[in-house]
Amino acid sequence: MRNETALPAKKSGALKKSGRRLLWFLVPSAVYVVVFHYLPIGGLVIAFLDYNSYQGILSSPWAGFKHFAAFALMPNFFTILKNTLLISVYSIAVNTVLPIILALLINEIRVKWFKKSVQTISYAPYFISTVVVVGMLFSFADYDRGVFNAAGRLVGIPAGNILESAKWFSTVYVVSGVWQGLGWWAIIYVGALAGVDQSLHEAAVLDGAGRLSRIRHVNLPQIVPMAVIMFILSVGNALNVGFEKVFLMQTGGNLPASEILSTYIYRVSLMSKLPQYSYAAAIGLFNSAVSLLLLWIANFVARKLGETSLW
Amino acid sequence: MVENGGKDKVFNCGVCAVAAAYAFVTLLPLLYIVASSFSAPDAVNTGRVGLWPVDFTLSNYARVFSDTAILRGYLNTSLYTVAGSAITLILQFTAAYPLSRRDLAGKKFWNLFFVVPMFVGGGMIPTYIVVKSLKMLNTFWAMIIPGCVGLFNVIVIRTYISTAIPYEMQEAAMIDGAGNLRLFLTIVLPLSRPILAVMTLYAAVGHWNAYFNSLIYITRDELFPLQRVLQRILVSSESNLIGGSLGDTEKTLAAESLKYAIIVAASAPILLIYPFFQRFFEKGLMIGGLKG
Repeated sequence: MRNETALPAKKSGALKKSGRRLLWFLVPSAVYVVVFHYLPIGGLVIAFLDYNSYQGILSSPWAGFKHFAAFALMPNFFTILKNTLLISVYSIAVNTVLPIILALLINEIRVKWFKKSVQTISYAPYFISTVVVVGMLFSFADYDRGVFNAAGRLVGIPAGNILESAKWFSTVYVVSGVWQGLGWWAIIYVGALAGVDQSLHEAAVLDGAGRLSRIRHVNLPQIVPMAVIMFILSVGNALNVGFEKVFLMQTGGNLPASEILSTYIYRVSLMSKLPQYSYAAAIGLFNSAVSLLLLWIANFVARKLGETSLW
Repeated sequence: MVENGGKDKVFNCGVCAVAAAYAFVTLLPLLYIVASSFSAPDAVNTGRVGLWPVDFTLSNYARVFSDTAILRGYLNTSLYTVAGSAITLILQFTAAYPLSRRDLAGKKFWNLFFVVPMFVGGGMIPTYIVVKSLKMLNTFWAMIIPGCVGLFNVIVIRTYISTAIPYEMQEAAMIDGAGNLRLFLTIVLPLSRPILAVMTLYAAVGHWNAYFNSLIYITRDELFPLQRVLQRILVSSESNLIGGSLGDTEKTLAAESLKYAIIVAASAPILLIYPFFQRFFEKGLMIGGLKG
């Protein structure tokens, strides 16, 4: 009895020390997170200043809500907000539904090598860089030599350059995004479907259910909760539409539809000869605040409608 | 699977047909690009190339690999990828391991510490000011440090370690006198091979395809990564890639097939590697998706 109690005492002492010493591991990453995540959050204070790099954050003059007001009163305010929301609502709608359909389809393939080949192919575009994908779009859309016009000529569509068209911008953005990410986004659903309890299928077969009705009544309900989480997360990211891709896709012709919050931030700050850091930071802060609000709303709605939510 | 009857056969055929069509459409642009990259410039410009090279030639590739800007981009990106991936992996795993231990002092705090920045951030400008005040602008480090830790990935690795490696096993080793570092190196890392493979692939692909950091933090040509060089050629079409012996019209005529060769040359390294990691990332994403 004695020996048995002595051991846990020694054990817990060693473990306690070990749990504290573990903190050493966290030093490098904690320094990184403080410097590149928490410091910039604090740096948002420049949105309320007239920041200039000579005076620095501590001695730049106070500006209050001046920059927020300037942004809200800017003639393009509603266009930029509308473009940002339109592109993200469009992407979210398409990117929530299509991966589920692809996963249900892949799950029905019974020939193993074929299933694996389809999956391998479906991931390929995801590994191609944004620069290259946009470069492909520009080559394909070229007025004289692009394949889009060559294909259009065959079916009698008048020649044009879709990358110079404001009307088509969001569609080109979303469709090329689907090409790139569909297979990748379907992965988690394919994984979840592989884990569906086979007895559910057996029971459904006994009840006379065919393949389609089993997809609808057995497989689909299994992945809906996961899809809801993905949906909430993407709504939270709605305003953070891919800066890189939109920026690279911008042309003089599509700018009325392609200027979004993040590209505008870049344009008035780092891209500009007279960078307006405080103004840009104010727009960034506005962007983050609206994102958090959207995340909260999406989570709230999901919780009211069903059982799944983030918190 | 419970399957029977002729009806099922019809259904299976339908499924395969749709899946094959999807796979073909996904591959189509890539096949066209590969075919064009091996075709004579004239054949590409006049739209004679389909899914097979016309007037087969290697001259496009010969030009791509004799361009100094592209070669320097390759070299820079290779360095960024190797050094950056190493830093990314070290930081992510040294963060994830303690978080996976239930005896970590202040565990709740540390979890929050890493999760909160996933949802709120300072954004482009405050981050730029931080990088600038660290005197990192236009340095090697600006390409590999900002953004090098994926917080979501840290959570995924944490989840993997805490589900795949029994804590009791580590506890036993601890009582035998093993320190944390030895536990980490001799028990945890070897048993985390699948997630290590996934994260290595993510890190390498991320650094190889990185463009954003160079756009924001780099203005000196000699530091440009491959993607920035590609952007100039493919998107902005400001290329003096083609040698001086050609006239202006010849330059533009040759440009399209050259662009396709550049696309293939830049993307091939990753497209050839990822299938070998496939079984790992299918598993890795599953674990992350469930708990993350």
